Amino acid sequence: MKDMLPLIEPLIPALRRYARALMRDQAAADDLVQDCLERAITRWHQRREDGDARTWMFTILHNLAINRLRQARRRGAHLSIEDAGELALARPPSQEDRLRQRDVLNALESLPEDQRAVLLLVSVEDVSYAQAARILDVPIGTIMSRLSRARERLRQAMDGETERAAGRGPNLRRVK
Amino acid sequence: MNDRPITEDDLQAFVDDALDASRQAEVAAYLEKHPEVAARVADYRRQRADLREALQPVADEPVPPELNLARMIEARRRGAGRWRAAAAAVILLGIGLGGGWSLHAILRPSSEGINVLAQEAADNYRVFAPDFGRPVEIKAADEPALVKWASKRLNQPVAIPDLSASGYRFMGGRVVATPHGPALFLMYDDDQGTRIVMLSRPMSLDRDVAMMPHANGAVAGYAWAANGVGYSLVGPLPAEALHPIADEVRRQLGRGI
Repeated sequence: MKDMLPLIEPLIPALRRYARALMRDQAAADDLVQDCLERAITRWHQRREDGDARTWMFTILHNLAINRLRQARRRGAHLSIEDAGELALARPPSQEDRLRQRDVLNALESLPEDQRAVLLLVSVEDVSYAQAARILDVPIGTIMSRLSRARERLRQAMDGETERAAGRGPNLRRVK
Repeated sequence: MNDRPITEDDLQAFVDDALDASRQAEVAAYLEKHPEVAARVADYRRQRADLREALQPVADEPVPPELNLARMIEARRRGAGRWRAAAAAVILLGIGLGGGWSLHAILRPSSEGINVLAQEAADNYRVFAPDFGRPVEIKAADEPALVKWASKRLNQPVAIPDLSASGYRFMGGRVVATPHGPALFLMYDDDQGTRIVMLSRPMSLDRDVAMMPHANGAVAGYAWAANGVGYSLVGPLPAEALHPIADEVRRQLGRGI
């Protein structure tokens, strides 16, 4: 147990980021990370010694997140744009690139979960394709095709945003 | 010299800087000649940078106190220590005054104590075990949520024994009401419809009691208490079949799972 702290503690900010981007809600995301840490403490001795702690933690977190999202869907819970705002407004939009970042987060929401997960792991968390395949428990070919579809879909969604913004002039979405 | 065709995978890996230098150069040369593909790849690269920028503030936030890992590990260790001490106490009682003490507990008419816990476990068994719609409130898949909830309500860390080696799969549980406050209710089944239930709660009386059998109609049970927490395992099994399972629960809790 002594070796756990220095290996796992530095991962917490990245785990929170991944959870927040998947759950789109700060409280739900941190709750998930807490569950993930508790599970890791309980199972630390069952971990394969040669395994990579980062991949292991993301695997636990991802499985918890998927369960939680499925349950939310079964209950018919709906995450509103307001909730998404919490993520998008992590930093106040003040310049053009901030607005674009906000758009990219909104567009991210339109992706199916499995594509969103791959995109976030690879693009944001710097997880290798092989590690992503382990975390999501799918072949690496599936990772590559999901990644490619996610990027193209996001690109088209962003194009749509730009056109809408251009067509409507001042955009109410951008008013806090 | 190398005319391997450029694949979509190459383009993705180019975006992620995941290619080796020579392949990276080949893709770059290809993009020079294909401006439309280059525009798409440039969009992907910007998208990647935007995502990273947009989410970075989350990683920069101070980590909230409930995610303090050092404290969580410490809490777990304290919990485990308590279970270990409890198990030692149970063994000592068993060696020393076990028989007499249990007899005393059984004979004493009381509104508290281990026999009352046993009664509560049997009552809860009768209510929830026949329920096929919603026998448990939190399912096994959500075990951490159950642990968190029960630890909070019982005001001490709880652990969930794994009885799969005894042929019983953990189904889930709930916090239930007893005349002595909240108790943790856990249900297991053997995949053939036989369900067993464990109830545990803090004890004000009989805080350390060696394991003893109890029977309540068709429901058999074993109850014990260790270091202030009482446990009762009940099920529609013959006492001799239930006993080793109860031993297994006590062994796991003593190990501080």
